[in-house]
Amino acid sequence: MARITAGVATSHVPLLGRAVDTGCTDEPYWAPIFKGYEFSKKWISQKKPDVVFLVYNDHASAFSLDLIPTFAIGCAEAFAPADEGFGPRPVPDVKGHPDLAWHIAQSVIQQDFDLTIVNKMDVDHGLTVPLTMMFGQPNQWPCKVIPFAVNVVQYPPPSGRRCLNVGKAIRKAVESFDEDLNVQIWGTGGMSHQLQGPRAGLINQDWDKRFLDMLVNDPQAAADIPHIEYLRETGSEGIEMVMWLVMRGALDPAVIERHRHYHVPCSNTAIGHLILENK
Amino acid sequence: MALEKPYLDIPGTTVFDADMSRQGYSLNQFCMSLMQAENRKRFHTDEGKYLDEWQMSDAQKQAVMDRDYNRMIELGGNIYFLAKIFSADGKSFVHAAAKMTGMTEDNYQAMMNAGGRPPKGNRYIGRSD
Repeated sequence: MARITAGVATSHVPLLGRAVDTGCTDEPYWAPIFKGYEFSKKWISQKKPDVVFLVYNDHASAFSLDLIPTFAIGCAEAFAPADEGFGPRPVPDVKGHPDLAWHIAQSVIQQDFDLTIVNKMDVDHGLTVPLTMMFGQPNQWPCKVIPFAVNVVQYPPPSGRRCLNVGKAIRKAVESFDEDLNVQIWGTGGMSHQLQGPRAGLINQDWDKRFLDMLVNDPQAAADIPHIEYLRETGSEGIEMVMWLVMRGALDPAVIERHRHYHVPCSNTAIGHLILENK
Repeated sequence: MALEKPYLDIPGTTVFDADMSRQGYSLNQFCMSLMQAENRKRFHTDEGKYLDEWQMSDAQKQAVMDRDYNRMIELGGNIYFLAKIFSADGKSFVHAAAKMTGMTEDNYQAMMNAGGRPPKGNRYIGRSD
């Protein structure tokens, strides 16, 4: 039987990918950010997930305004890195796990969450930067990846509660898959940041740290945070943090916090990172 | 009944809601087209001519040519779509963000290095908390 063994939360700032791709992670600006991922790289090389179910948002790369799915699951054999305006990142193609992805799609839809099934899409920094942060620069990603795109671009995104509950449904789906697979679920994006308008650059460290605590210890309370609070307190793009709740919903109610990292700034953003394991 | 917009009292912030999205459809779709190298080249060769291929308002086209991101947002642009324009120009998110705040890139970067823009005084229009 497949099982979800651990969850990872991480920001997915595009400049992190650029820092790795151009080899400047040792520079004083970047070093403290990447230091916080050293534990994570060791940890994941020991845990060796077969599949990562990767919750992220597309940043107007695969989905234009022609089609805006709230939850979309990638069921393809492979996904290429997107050209986001400056050429695709020099990272390997992402290999999917169509058997498990289709199984999850069917199971989750039958649990009343209406997923959009995607058979072809490119994946942008939202998905490839977390892989880079956790795995470095391998020639091939060491596991299969199921992309799960959440709309956080067009208002309104799904509520925190909806995200937590879809995470619970994903867990049930994974646990009903016959093959013996070690599956991790990652929630990406955040933490506080605003990229637009005269208020750009907003960072709310107190709020972010409370959210980290709440996500670990009281996910239901975190799920009850309304959209307006994310927008007002954490910046217009801070609302990406609802995606961390999908990850949290797929884990046990009580989890072990293996690792935490928080750093300001990375580009315009507060970097947050958690590793959680089921007990 | 009008759509509820509880976020209108947040200063310096435009939420990309239904009304903005409808207004900005063509502007944002133009931005998407810059994900292809040949379109980037055509755009940079003659911006006005390339923009005329899109059903955008004159104000939207002018804002693009001026690289006035606040104006583009006001006219329905979404920052993740607009990012294709400054990425195609070889500029960073920090460059664009600094521009939108009216700060120099150095001053903006210094603010970020000092912990970012504080939430205090930036939560509600006309309030100091």
